[in-house]
Amino acid sequence: MIAIIDYGAGNIFSVKNALDYLGLDCKLTADKDEIKAADAVILPGVGAFPAAMAMLEKSGLIDTIKEEAAKKPLLGICLGMQMLFEKGYEFEECDGLGLIKGSVRYMDEPDLIIPHMGWNKLEKLNDCKLLENIGDDEYVYFVHSYKAECADENIAAYSEYGGRVPALVFDGKFVYGAQFHPEKSGDTGLKILKNFGELI
Amino acid sequence: MLAKRIIPCLDVRNGKVVKGVNFEGIRDVGDPVECAAEYNKQGADEIVFYDITASFEGRGVFLDVVRETAKKVFVPLTVGGGIKTVDDIRETLRAGADKVSVNSQAVKNPQLIKDGADIFGSQCICVGIDAKKIADHKWTVYINGGRVDMGIDLIDWVHTIEKLGAGEICLNSIDADGTKEGFDIEMLKAVCDNCSIPVIASGGAGKINDFYEVFEKTGATAALAASLFHFRELTVGEVKDYCRERGVIVR
Repeated sequence: MIAIIDYGAGNIFSVKNALDYLGLDCKLTADKDEIKAADAVILPGVGAFPAAMAMLEKSGLIDTIKEEAAKKPLLGICLGMQMLFEKGYEFEECDGLGLIKGSVRYMDEPDLIIPHMGWNKLEKLNDCKLLENIGDDEYVYFVHSYKAECADENIAAYSEYGGRVPALVFDGKFVYGAQFHPEKSGDTGLKILKNFGELI
Repeated sequence: MLAKRIIPCLDVRNGKVVKGVNFEGIRDVGDPVECAAEYNKQGADEIVFYDITASFEGRGVFLDVVRETAKKVFVPLTVGGGIKTVDDIRETLRAGADKVSVNSQAVKNPQLIKDGADIFGSQCICVGIDAKKIADHKWTVYINGGRVDMGIDLIDWVHTIEKLGAGEICLNSIDADGTKEGFDIEMLKAVCDNCSIPVIASGGAGKINDFYEVFEKTGATAALAASLFHFRELTVGEVKDYCRERGVIVR
């Protein structure tokens, strides 16, 4: 079972719809024991970094997520991906989960339309299991105004938008993060979610 | 590079797809869930549902349509029509919409944009604007399906909504809508040059070159059409192939 963490933020129903469509057993939950019992965990999220971290804190799940991320596959999506990093700078400096080294900052290149909204191409940088069967000309759907800054070794794929935007990040072990929305990225996104399901 | 988006729009009344010409003379056509699935197959980058139902009961039927679509179609879904409060936004997002489009109500109560953006994030607040030319390089904002002139300058309104936290603008030209003579290039250029959020071009698409033209001549990041796709005059795939062959980046 894949636990989709329901801490009051985000498009959790879209994620569940996509997993249901793929026939992957999943459950929306904010229950520590269910998350511990799950085979894999998805951390969704839309909205602002500090507000989402505060909600996660309030739900008492931060330590559980950190512990489970060392034992089983974890996929953060959009803001859920950003929260995997050490720090965010949306409105104010705010601690993230610190599961991947790096921080999240505003994309303030000149003349760039913000948010980065729409379909952008995945450019592969490092081998990653989630990119199996993904070709060199596949697009995924992004909506965000902040981007991760991290080492190349943690970037499985990026997209070009006023420079490199880390699209799919990983720690090389159990932790994965998608800046785009796989649940809204058509067949390409479904393949990536299926690949995640196959990590179990 | 970010791809230009092609967005089919479905007007829905009492759970059925309709399309008006210049907002009047509505014809009833089909099942919105099936239409959305078909557009997804054609390569639509996003799908817009616009609820033109007036009744409370109709609203429930409409949200069921959104719910069913979200189970089958895995591209972004924008939902507009009848959204008046933060609770309406919440209910619509919970039904499976990724974004809401607010139009008349945003003009009557601009705070709705700010509240919506603060609570749910700018990314899900698309502000729809119906505007009409009144003089050279001057347009005003209309509400209630293009029937009521609010006397608000279009560019002033664009600046206002951007400051309030709108994540995107869907700009519909009342002059071009239903004419099939092409998008309103002049108005789109004026808006794109005066804001830094994405702008969707709406109203006037009649032939395949209209899409290429709007991407060539304006900063619009997406183009929306309803009847053209709905009556199968063009498919989304044909439009994308045509644009791609001419150097426009599409998915």
